[in-house]
Amino acid sequence: MGRRNIITILLFLLPAFFYLSFLFIYPFLYGLNLSLTDEKGNFTLENFIRFFSDPWDANTIWITLKIAIPATLLSILIAIPLAYYMRHGVRGEKFVTLLLILPITLGSVFIAEGMLTYMGPNGWLNKLLMFLRITDKPVKLTHNYWGVLIALIIQGFPFVFLMLLGYISGIDPNLEKAASVLGANRWHIFWKVILPLWLPGITMAMSLNFVMNFTVFPSAVLLGQPSGPTRVISISAFQWAFEKFNFHMSSAVAIIMGIVELIFILIVMFIRQGLYRGSTVAGKG
Amino acid sequence: MREFNELRITGLNKYYGNKKVVDNFNLTIKNGEFVTLLGPSGSGKSTVLNCIAGLVPIDGGSIYIDDECLDDGKKFVPPERRNFGMVFQNYALFPHLSVFDNVAFGLKLRKLPKDIVKEKVIDALKMVHLEEHINKYPRQLSGGEQQRVALARCIVMEPRVMLLDEPLSNLDALLRIEMRYELKALHERLKITTIYVTHDQQEALALSDRIVVLNKGKIQQIGTPEEIYSYPANLFVANFLGFRNIWEVKISRFEGDREVHINLGNINLKAILHEKYKVHVRNIFENNKKPYISVRPEDIELGEGPENNIEVKIDVIEYLGQHKQFWGITSDGINIEISKDADISLKPGDNVKIWIPPERILVFSGED
Amino acid sequence: MKRMGLSKALFWFTIIVYSFNILGIILTVVLNSLSKEWYGELFPKIFTFEWYAYMAREHDLPQLLYATFIVAISVALIALIIGLPTAYVLARYDFRLKNVILSFLLLPMLIPPMTYGIPLAALLYKLRLATKLSGVILANLVPVVPYVTLILTPFIEQIDISYESAARILGANRFQTFFKVLLPLIIPGIFTSALLSIVRTIAMFELTFLVAGPKSQTVVVALYYDAYAAGTRPPQAIDALAVVYFLITMTFLVIALRFASPTQFVYRGK
Repeated sequence: MGRRNIITILLFLLPAFFYLSFLFIYPFLYGLNLSLTDEKGNFTLENFIRFFSDPWDANTIWITLKIAIPATLLSILIAIPLAYYMRHGVRGEKFVTLLLILPITLGSVFIAEGMLTYMGPNGWLNKLLMFLRITDKPVKLTHNYWGVLIALIIQGFPFVFLMLLGYISGIDPNLEKAASVLGANRWHIFWKVILPLWLPGITMAMSLNFVMNFTVFPSAVLLGQPSGPTRVISISAFQWAFEKFNFHMSSAVAIIMGIVELIFILIVMFIRQGLYRGSTVAGKG
Repeated sequence: MREFNELRITGLNKYYGNKKVVDNFNLTIKNGEFVTLLGPSGSGKSTVLNCIAGLVPIDGGSIYIDDECLDDGKKFVPPERRNFGMVFQNYALFPHLSVFDNVAFGLKLRKLPKDIVKEKVIDALKMVHLEEHINKYPRQLSGGEQQRVALARCIVMEPRVMLLDEPLSNLDALLRIEMRYELKALHERLKITTIYVTHDQQEALALSDRIVVLNKGKIQQIGTPEEIYSYPANLFVANFLGFRNIWEVKISRFEGDREVHINLGNINLKAILHEKYKVHVRNIFENNKKPYISVRPEDIELGEGPENNIEVKIDVIEYLGQHKQFWGITSDGINIEISKDADISLKPGDNVKIWIPPERILVFSGED
Repeated sequence: MKRMGLSKALFWFTIIVYSFNILGIILTVVLNSLSKEWYGELFPKIFTFEWYAYMAREHDLPQLLYATFIVAISVALIALIIGLPTAYVLARYDFRLKNVILSFLLLPMLIPPMTYGIPLAALLYKLRLATKLSGVILANLVPVVPYVTLILTPFIEQIDISYESAARILGANRFQTFFKVLLPLIIPGIFTSALLSIVRTIAMFELTFLVAGPKSQTVVVALYYDAYAAGTRPPQAIDALAVVYFLITMTFLVIALRFASPTQFVYRGK
């Protein structure tokens, strides 16, 4: 392009460069360093070893996965048919979108606080369920695993739905028409045309949503049992940092969180590659 | 599977919301015919095609193929069961499938055995000269190649009717002419009944057995390319086909059933109508349907003639290679375009006598 | 045709059930905040504003609101200053490392705040910036800068580059062109991204929670602490604060929706 262009580009990117370096990369490196050192500053793997040898801490991974994975799967499974239905637009589309960004905007703390009353034993939801004879005693949806799961789905579903909708809107509608004329009914069209092309969007939404769910914090504390069945990994990280004042340990936990997230994303991508290739096996000519 | 006599569309109406986008469309297509729906954007031509395909239900009228009802407002056969084929303007090739899989898509749905599928796919690709690209993906092909794959995918199904929705519009000019030739060759060879949609009148004239001209959802004229090109039914068709020297006139009287006397401003003209259209023009005269005339620039003669003599002053001369286009103005200020050989030497400002042969004056209505 | 009816019914059923519950949650909070006491009846019997007064006494409400707004607005401003030139480069130029830079820029948006928040908090404590407003502002900048950049980029792309070319030919240098020609034309984009980032910061819990001190808390963090220590506070007072939070968020949301479409809230970084 030209040397003058490069200078402009570099100049204009300078603020972002500073931002990334000081507010993201440096803290990350600092945290990494903390996790691999002890109080005196010597290199050690003690922090990680300590985390994994204490079941009180190590189990948080499994506990969190038990919440995050079902939450992600359920959000996706509900969002897929809904987004598929809305792919060509629907009357009241704006209204639906508005309804869905409400919980995202309100955030986890407000939702948790509201759920405590609304879904509590005396709350409206239980009253309604009993009125409709779906159940004869109040269902315990707060201060347990279910409360946290529901809270995650309430907040994750709109995000996943809107992402999926965005991706499916980018699929050429003529492809469906072409498939239809070639003899495909709606079922065929979904499996052979839409789904393969939607897969990148689905995996992206799943990955992002899982990562959000895995780091759940306020919902797990307020709506769950943070000293028991819903003691998620971020609670462990928080307690090491602000109750035991051990930033070395807390950074180690944060790194572990990051690694688990990464592993999940890699697995999802791996599966997607496998599926993708499967749908394009051709009878070679 | 392909045998049928005719495809009958009767009284087809289609609304989008409150807007009537197709109004009383009637057409009967014979087996093997190549019919083009020609019109500007918004004329309803693609909508008619989508109705025929079954991608969109109709709001009135019916579509029958021989005795089989495809859509009459109550009964509706979905597109996947009509056994038609369709080619789209943007090709609509499945991006996640190879060329082979794209072409084989419909065959596989019919659960044909693998070796038969392979055979048919290769044959279809041979017909469009694309065998060596069989394992490529659409994104690796050029626009013209993608269009040919779309064609192969269509013909491999041996459809009863082929529906083509502006298939050449996305190609550049040179490619368009090439593909036009291939389409025509394919039709000659396979004789599949074809309904073609375009806004390009050249394409329509070159490819069709019959043309249906549409404007704002209504049929303006149905005829062979020769008929449409020689005798446009109304002002819209004349304009759309690129006629020149179009003027609004008054018809003063008929003499006999083929001779018409016309006033163009101060000029009196005599036109002699073609046998087929004399009734049509008399209808225009008697019902005062805003008569217009048109004369081709190349039909105007220089010098003095037996009828229709006019004097013009040359205004602008365009040199167009094989001929020159002379723009002349009458004393009334009427612009007349005259097309003559390039070796005629006239200059701007010259006063020239011209005359128009009476049989060369086309008369049509200004109303749709 | 009958199948269409079933899909449509299921779709709307799901949406309605979902919205019904969300509205139920919100309404419960509002009603509870306004009721003298609400134990198990369908609706509270007596309405009162006393819990708002109680809550205002318990919290230094002006300080809380002040902190919230200062943080939200500062973050928006600083994010704009960083994001504008970055968005400009992304919108106007193609260069070899562009994708790499874009990926790096997206990272803070894709990685959840709790993961990088812990090391970030550790660092800010070490630098003695934690518990101060400046620390909270810095922490909240992390997810907002990429957000703002990604919202601004399409706005800039939409402005025909010939405006800038015309300015250059008339003698303006790149900076003058940027400030006198481009900036005025993307004012709507600037408003949109500022408002969206304010809404996001107000709702941002984790980062502020990890970094704030008692004087630099935002409303949402105070709400969390109230809910956490639920035994020591009457639930009506907690919900009073929740309603305050709700009103602030909704106000900015409504304003933001005048400028932006709902889908921009959930930006999908591709």
